[in-house]
Amino acid sequence: MTQLQRTPLRDFHAARGARLVDFAGWEMPVQYRSILEEHRAVRRAAGLFDVSHMGEFDVRGPGAAAFLNRLVTNDVARLFPGRVLYSPMCYPDGGVVDDLLVYQRAADDFFLCVNAGNLARDLEWIRTQAAGHDVTVSDRSAETALLALQGPCAVAILQGLTATNLAGIGYYHFATGEVAGMPCVLSRTGYTGEDGFELYHAAGHAVRLAEALLAAGASHGLELAGLGARDSLRLEAGYPLYGHELSPTISPLAAGLGWTVKLDKGGDFLGRDALAAEKRGGSPRRVVYFRTGDRRILRPESPVRNASGAVVGQVLSGTLSPILQEAIGSALVETAAATASLMVDVRGAAVALQLVRPPFVPLGRV
Amino acid sequence: MSSVPADLRYAKSHEWVRTEADGTVTIGITDYAQNSLGDITYVQSPKVGAVLAAGAVFGVVESVKAASDLYAPVAGTVVAINPALDGAPETVNREPYGAGWMLRLKPSEPAAAGALLDAAAYGALLG
Repeated sequence: MTQLQRTPLRDFHAARGARLVDFAGWEMPVQYRSILEEHRAVRRAAGLFDVSHMGEFDVRGPGAAAFLNRLVTNDVARLFPGRVLYSPMCYPDGGVVDDLLVYQRAADDFFLCVNAGNLARDLEWIRTQAAGHDVTVSDRSAETALLALQGPCAVAILQGLTATNLAGIGYYHFATGEVAGMPCVLSRTGYTGEDGFELYHAAGHAVRLAEALLAAGASHGLELAGLGARDSLRLEAGYPLYGHELSPTISPLAAGLGWTVKLDKGGDFLGRDALAAEKRGGSPRRVVYFRTGDRRILRPESPVRNASGAVVGQVLSGTLSPILQEAIGSALVETAAATASLMVDVRGAAVALQLVRPPFVPLGRV
Repeated sequence: MSSVPADLRYAKSHEWVRTEADGTVTIGITDYAQNSLGDITYVQSPKVGAVLAAGAVFGVVESVKAASDLYAPVAGTVVAINPALDGAPETVNREPYGAGWMLRLKPSEPAAAGALLDAAAYGALLG
């Protein structure tokens, strides 16, 4: 059996009652107290998440900007130092290698944040694609820890610990500074739909930083939140999760992320031809989001049927929305079927899908 | 450490049974079971009047993680289900042995509950 990887906060979590599980080969806290309560704490006040399992790669060199713009589907040329960009990274056939954040530090200095489960494959893919470009790709994941502070009270909590003026950092912007005396990249990004920051820092500072944030947040209602709440929060916000709404067989266009595919950005990029063809011809299948008015959770891979009972798709993600108190989720369905009535069988009972455009709940995002 | 009250009987499938003064038995899931399941989001109960064989599936408990079958520890006829669980299934997490009870049976054999595990044996099963 392979040894699970640990973040610098593994013992910190265990000491605070976390239930630790195998997530993409990492021993991670799925919950501390209750997934539902942690979820509500993030929407009401704030939550602190350890997401140090995610990968960070430096991409530097005179060819970095051009290389990245060829690597990802969104337009890296729109970046400037201090700006963050969300983008899928596609195979030539339009399927998704991963979705990631691109940070520009300086003209020829970028870093990427990628999903933990794809880290090794991404690194290999990026290095292969980098051949012939004047860039250096360095894996900084082991020495980098990442804490996400999310929720309507996140800014007030963080401002008490830093001299950096947080009001000066817009959504999807970042700055470098100190938090509780420790150097950090303060990135106004997140995966919950709430306002907040993601703090990249040296792995050796992670425990002290987490303790400082928890102490500063106690009077604001800050709670530790695990990956369980992270997943239900992102689904309520309508954000895709790689392996569910995005995959080698679900393109960004099929996933409803057309805004991240800049066919006209000038110059070729990986997947451009396939995605241009898919845009012209229409995606044969697409990702839809649904609510049900029912508490029974629809589980991934459950078949989706049309009114005559034919299977026209399958569930990708499903959970109980702790805010709506009903099952919500996403499904991949044949495009022609996506406007008709759809249902999923749960233990012999047909549950009707009510298609909605996410977010499922009003978000506090800046 | 999971709570295992001394006055109850237990099934290996993690249901508990309490014999009431009127001879009916009340059934729920144990503290260990609710803790293993995590946040409970839905409880599917049988109809009052349903006749259950020992070991038969009487319902389903769903958590954020998964759906799990519930098994009747003894045979009998359902005389009541807990109406509170429809709107507040999380009660099972908070009070698995109290307000989170699931159903009440009139047992086919009055002594059947006595053949189930006692608290010591169930506690030993949990290790």
